[in-house]
Amino acid sequence: MQNNSDMLNSHAFKSLVSQRWWVSGILLLALFLTYYGFLLLIAYQRPVVTVQIWGKTPLGIPLGAGVIVLSWLLTAIYVFWANRAYDPVVLSLAQRLKAETP
Amino acid sequence: MNTATAKSTLGQPTPAAIAFFLLIVFLTLGITWWAARRTRSVQEFYAAGRSISAFQNGLALAGDYMSAASFLGIAGMVALKGFDGMIYAIGWLVGWPALMFLVAEPLRNLGKYTFADVVAFRLQQTPVRIAAALGGILTILFYTIAQMVGSGALIHLMFGVPYEVAEVAVGVIMLAYVLFGGMLATTWVQIVKALLLLFGVTVMVILVLARFSFNPIELYAAVANQYGQAALEPGGLVSNPLDAISLGLALMFGLLGLPHILMRFYTVPDARAARLSVLYASGFIGYFYLIIPIVGFGAAALIGRNVIAGIDKGGNMAAPLLAEFLGGTPFLGFIAAVAFATILAVVAGLTLAGASAFSHDIYVHIIKRGQASEHEQMRVGRIATLIFGSLAVLLGMVFKGQNVAFMVGLAFAIAASANFPALLLSILWKRFTTLGAVGAILTGAFLSVGLIVLSPTIWEDILKNPAGSAFFPLKNPALVSMSAAFLVGILLSLWKREPQAEEKYESEKLRVYLGIGAE
Repeated sequence: MQNNSDMLNSHAFKSLVSQRWWVSGILLLALFLTYYGFLLLIAYQRPVVTVQIWGKTPLGIPLGAGVIVLSWLLTAIYVFWANRAYDPVVLSLAQRLKAETP
Repeated sequence: MNTATAKSTLGQPTPAAIAFFLLIVFLTLGITWWAARRTRSVQEFYAAGRSISAFQNGLALAGDYMSAASFLGIAGMVALKGFDGMIYAIGWLVGWPALMFLVAEPLRNLGKYTFADVVAFRLQQTPVRIAAALGGILTILFYTIAQMVGSGALIHLMFGVPYEVAEVAVGVIMLAYVLFGGMLATTWVQIVKALLLLFGVTVMVILVLARFSFNPIELYAAVANQYGQAALEPGGLVSNPLDAISLGLALMFGLLGLPHILMRFYTVPDARAARLSVLYASGFIGYFYLIIPIVGFGAAALIGRNVIAGIDKGGNMAAPLLAEFLGGTPFLGFIAAVAFATILAVVAGLTLAGASAFSHDIYVHIIKRGQASEHEQMRVGRIATLIFGSLAVLLGMVFKGQNVAFMVGLAFAIAASANFPALLLSILWKRFTTLGAVGAILTGAFLSVGLIVLSPTIWEDILKNPAGSAFFPLKNPALVSMSAAFLVGILLSLWKREPQAEEKYESEKLRVYLGIGAE
C-alpha cells in the first residue's frame, strides 16, 4: 500500500498522466478544428466550398475526403505516440511497482 | 410502374439471392456452433473471454457501426441529395478519434462488461447503476427500433417477403447467435459481415469507376451534367449552422456513449489492444465512408434519381439497384444478402448490450448486490437476451410503417447527453460524485427525449404541426442536452463533496493508467 501511494505521488507517474491528457487534448482540439471548421466553412464561406477546381468538381469534395483522412491520421498519431512514448513508461513503472512489492 | 422497376428483379427472391442468403446463414450458424462450445463462463458470454485480437476487434467494431442504415441510407442520400449526403457521411467517422483520445483505454482498464462498470466504479453502486442502465437501455432501445423497422422494410423490398416474416426471421437467427454463441459468435458474425460489406462496396466502386475511365472527376462531371452543379454543392443540411453543429456533436460524442460499441473494448486482452482496435476500426470505417459517396453518385449518374426515388422515396434502394445494373442478378443477390447479414449482426450486438445492461447492471449488481454464482449469471444473461430479442421483434411490429428515421438521431443524442458526460467525468474528474453522476445521466436522458419531441423533427414532421410551430428550434437536441448534462453533473458534484469517491479516484489511478488490477 505504501508502494502504491509512493507511485501515485511520484514525479514519473504524475507526468505520465498529465502528458497523456495533454496529447489527447491537443489532438482533440485538432479534430474539432478539422470537423467543425469544415461545417462552419460550409455555413459561412459557401463560395470557398463551391469553387470548381478540377472540371466541375468543387473544392468541397476533396475537402470532405480530407476531413475523413485527417481524422484517421489524428488517430494514427495518437497510437504512434502511445506506442513510442507512453507504453515504455507504463511498463517500467509497472515493473518497478512489482519489484518493490514482495 | 415505370420501366426500370419492371426491369429490376429487386423484390423477387432470385436463385442467386437465395443462394447467398443461405450461404451467409449457414456460415454464421456454423460460427455460432463453434463458439457455443467455447462459451461456458460469464466472461466468455459477455466478453468472449477477452481473447479477441486488436485487428479482429477493429473489424468487429466496424461491423457494429456500419449498419444497413449507413450502407443503404447514405448511398441513397448521396444519390438523391448529392453533396449533403457526403457531409452527413463524414459526421459518422469523426467520433472515432474522440473515442480514442477520451475513453477507449481507461474504459478497458476500469470496466468488466458494461460502461456502467466504469461510471459506478468509485461511486455508490445502486443509484449510479440504475441511472446508467437507464441511459444505456434507452439508447439501445431507440437504436434497435430504428434498425428493426428499417430491416423489415428493406428485407421486404429486397426479397419480397412480408414485413412480419422478415422481423421474426431476423429475431430468430440473431437470437441463435447471441443465446448459444454469446459475444464470441457475435464478434465473428460482425467480422464476417464487415469483410463482406467492405468487399461488396469495393467491387461496386471499382465497377462504377470503370464506367468513368477510373477518374472520379468524370463521375462528378456526369452528375453535374444531369442534375446541375447544385448536386455537388452543399444544400439544406448546413443551412442552419447551429443545427449542423448540434447534429455533429450528437454523432461525434454519441459514439462515446453507445453501449454496444463500448462493450467491445472488454473483448480484447488489454488497453494497448483496445487502442490498436480503434485505429483499425477507424481505418475500415473511414475507408467505407470515403468510398460510399461514389456508390451514391454512381447510382445517380447511371440509374437516375427518378428511378431510385420511384422504388423507395428515401433512396434506400440506390445501392442494390446499382449492383444489379453493374453486375446483374448475381451481384444484386450478393449485395442483398450482405445487407441482410448487416442487419442480423447489428441487431445481435444491440441485443447482447441490452441484455448485459439488464442482467449485469440491474440483476447482478442491484438485485443480488453483486452476489450471484456463475451459473445464475449465465442463466439470467440468457433470459435477458431472450426478453430483449423478443422485445425487439415486437417493437419492430408495433412501429411498422412509422417514420422512425429520427430514432437513430435520438439514440445518438441520448448516448451523447446521458451516457457520455457521466462516463467522461468519472474518468477525468476527481470531485465527481454519485449525485452528480445520477443528475447528469437523468438530465441528459430526459432533456434529449423531451427536446426532440418539441423539435421540428417530431413536432412538425411526425405530428404534422405547421412548419415553424416547434417550441425547440434545433432538429437534434445534443447541443443543449449534452451541455446541460455536463453542467448539472458538475454543479451537483461541487455542491456536496463525496470524500470516499475522491479517495478511491486516487487509488484507481494505477488501474486506469498502468492497467494494474484490470480484468
